[in-house]
Amino acid sequence: MNAKLKPREFPLPSSVKVIAGTERAQAAYPYHIQFSRTDDQKFWFYNSMHFPEPMSAFDMVTAEAAYCALGAANTRVHCLPTTLGIDHRIINGRVYIGGNAVTDPEEIARRTVEFQKRAFYYYENWESLYARWKTKMLQLIEDAKAIPDPQLPEFEPLEHVHAGRGIASNHDLLVTYQKTLEGYFRMWHHHFEFLLLGYGAYLTFFGFCKKAFPEITDQTIARMVAGIDAEIFRPDDELRRLARCAVELDVDAHFRDGATVEDIMRSLRAAGEPGRRWLEELQTSREPWFNINVGDGFYHYHRSWNDDLSMPFAAIPGYARSARAGKLQDREVERLRDERGRLIADYRELLANDEERAAYDQMISLAHRVFPYVEGHKFYCEHWYTNLFFNKIRSFGALLAAQGFFASAEDVFHLTHYELEAAIIDLMNAWSSGSEPRGPAYWPPIVTERRAAIAEWARHETPPALGPIPDVIDDPAIVMLWGITRESLDNWLSAGAATDSHEVRGFAASSGVVEGIARIVKSADEISRLQQGDILVCQVTNPTWTPIFQKIRAAVSDIGGSMSHAAIVAREYGLPAVVGTGNATSKIKDGQRIRVDGGRGIVTLLQ
Amino acid sequence: MPVPKYISWFRDIGLDDRPRVGGKGGSLGELQRAGINVPPGFVVRTEAFADVIDPLERYSPLRSRIEALAADDLQMIGAVSRELRARIEDAPLPADLKLEIRDAYARLGGLAAPPAVAVRSSATTEDAADASFAGLQDTYLWVTQADSLLHKIRSCWASLYSLESLSYRLRHGIAESTAAMAVVVQTMVDARTAGVMFTRSPLSGDRSVITIEAAWGLGSALVGGEVTPDRWVVAKITGEISVRDISDKAIRHAQSPAGGVEQLAVEESLRREPCLSDQELDSLRAIARQIERHYGRPQDIEWAIDRHTQQILLLQSRPETVWSNKDSQTAAIAQASDPLQHVMRIFGGRR
Repeated sequence: MNAKLKPREFPLPSSVKVIAGTERAQAAYPYHIQFSRTDDQKFWFYNSMHFPEPMSAFDMVTAEAAYCALGAANTRVHCLPTTLGIDHRIINGRVYIGGNAVTDPEEIARRTVEFQKRAFYYYENWESLYARWKTKMLQLIEDAKAIPDPQLPEFEPLEHVHAGRGIASNHDLLVTYQKTLEGYFRMWHHHFEFLLLGYGAYLTFFGFCKKAFPEITDQTIARMVAGIDAEIFRPDDELRRLARCAVELDVDAHFRDGATVEDIMRSLRAAGEPGRRWLEELQTSREPWFNINVGDGFYHYHRSWNDDLSMPFAAIPGYARSARAGKLQDREVERLRDERGRLIADYRELLANDEERAAYDQMISLAHRVFPYVEGHKFYCEHWYTNLFFNKIRSFGALLAAQGFFASAEDVFHLTHYELEAAIIDLMNAWSSGSEPRGPAYWPPIVTERRAAIAEWARHETPPALGPIPDVIDDPAIVMLWGITRESLDNWLSAGAATDSHEVRGFAASSGVVEGIARIVKSADEISRLQQGDILVCQVTNPTWTPIFQKIRAAVSDIGGSMSHAAIVAREYGLPAVVGTGNATSKIKDGQRIRVDGGRGIVTLLQ
Repeated sequence: MPVPKYISWFRDIGLDDRPRVGGKGGSLGELQRAGINVPPGFVVRTEAFADVIDPLERYSPLRSRIEALAADDLQMIGAVSRELRARIEDAPLPADLKLEIRDAYARLGGLAAPPAVAVRSSATTEDAADASFAGLQDTYLWVTQADSLLHKIRSCWASLYSLESLSYRLRHGIAESTAAMAVVVQTMVDARTAGVMFTRSPLSGDRSVITIEAAWGLGSALVGGEVTPDRWVVAKITGEISVRDISDKAIRHAQSPAGGVEQLAVEESLRREPCLSDQELDSLRAIARQIERHYGRPQDIEWAIDRHTQQILLLQSRPETVWSNKDSQTAAIAQASDPLQHVMRIFGGRR
């Protein structure tokens, strides 16, 4: 055999070195998520989809809690026949994950029996279990909201003493912290209660369509399945409502392009009764619909609309102008529902025979049954709950900063959640003993070092995968959630060698071809830089970004698949979109002229 | 005007008339009935063929002679073919037939000068879904005079006895008594762009896409393989265009002032330009869907866009055969079952 044909290989985990100068920052992660020699036997890939940037020590909790819950659901709760859970490791701030496939036919058979007793029960009772899920989830959110902000009075309040409470406020700190953390781990269990089953039912239909119509695009299948009145559209709907309100109350002139949130709020408050009434409307929209954050919710700095109104406010002038012109429409739910119905019927007609049509009917109805969860859970889990969680941790940061532990509350995110508990106990002890806490002398240099480490890690490329390449990737969880197949690995291996330097490739998310000026938007702060007709180039896209789709001609993202929110919204707006490019924000220059071919997933750099 | 004995206008015929108007003629009539734009024309029915052949048969039997040939004796088949073709080309035409053809041809032109027409053979065995051997019989383009038309009609009849046609019938055991030939006479389209489309992917058999191939000028350059066509793959339902291969189209076919077809160089500025607009692609998609629905099965379709009116005209449509034959040999990709068992395709590890 020709030696040239031998595929290149990914490096072994043991050969990946911690970047010089960051060793102590690396050592902060607990022992069980550090790579070890035995990990060389296994295939790992970099989870750039969920964790595209180096993670701070605290944010690691998202990986820990999520894989803990995902594995429990797969391995022990629903007993997926061919896969167990997912192991994760962190090196240089990057999260690597590896699935545990079940390959022994006897074991698969044994698990299949269990799976059908469990998963099939879920499918059969989906609506009632999902209704119960929503109740549980809303309760969990209420519980999280009820957790008080941590504080330490100088003296225990007199009413506590007279009530014979018997425990002091420093104990409340620990309880509050542990409840906060417990709630986050619990939320992730809820997150995965239905997820794999939901994706599985969707992929069953997806796989059937690909077999029946080999050249059908992913986005067409997605359009057949996508929900019409899913929660992800609500934040944008609320903005349209608020814009219309502003026009009716004649306060829309206060939303001047370029004005800060503070300016706008101040001038609305000074605008008498109409201003007051609009602010009341704003308040009803904010809870809960502004609890969406500007990223996927996996990083503490993905702040919500509620935390930073600049994102939603940036969209209001455009909507208000449309409303003034009588052109602002609500999402045409009926039309979208009709279109989806017609699409399903038209493809059905093309099937070869009635047997296939009967199977198609069963699969699409199961996909429609599970999809409200697949689309809806993110708002409750990754957005609303995650937001409450990080903000609660931030309030611990503020308390510790006030006690001299940190220069700023945000520094708290450079401690792991284990270390944060130690710092809290340090403060509890100092409060009780009357001594000075040790933290103010201990943590600041460590925070400085870790901040520098993250900046350093971000400057280095990390391998897309590590370890021996499996012959086939048959792990449904990996295929479903990350879209990784043997083909994508081969592409990674050949990346760099053959790619055209004037091209960026990704998932074809929404068809159409346009040319225009690229505007790189890395955070919500930069939203205001978008001019009418620009092409949005961003790292992640999610419901938060929906309102700016009225301004842009096309969207390109580093992360996301054909079912990502950006893809769904782009299709609704009829804008070309290419998602999951991996590196569009670094390869495309701000202001550069580009061509987006959303039907083929290709972005061409024109200058 | 008495009911013509030998000819039928497209609007008056359909697929059921195939025994008398041939596959091509029946299909064109059917398309026009379905409301599809086809260039106007008529069919010289098989009765005309019979009235010319039968005297020859009586004089010296030709059908039994053909059936006696060995299917692999190409030399002998060739000799018989030459002889029969010459006899048919020289055979006299009944006077009333000549009159009907001249009259129909004149009416095709209306008040204007007699039009340029395509003269196409339309065999009763051709274009049947189970025996697609299109192209075995002759087609003559840009015929502009009545005398020439009469001559080409005889040439079409004669092509039923070409070496290829004879050996095809012998190989497939098709009885000579069933082989008859009608002739389609159809107004030529002075095409800006012409091409073919398949309502099923030739590559994957996918029924949900339409593959469209097209080049500048008359379709003969593309069909004859003299130019690499532009190629698009369009989603049948949504209209999404997933493939756009625009090729360098160096030449085009056009009507020659001297009659017939001539080859011209394509203007430099047009060579690498798409020869169809997205709007035209979408119109073709709508037409393809309509035809496919009408016939209830995937089709291969030839079409052209008139240079002067920019109108899309359908030249012919026949059933797709390659993938349809494969289909009949393969089982359904899935069947209804316990609805939940479907998910085991994903979770069961049996993919």
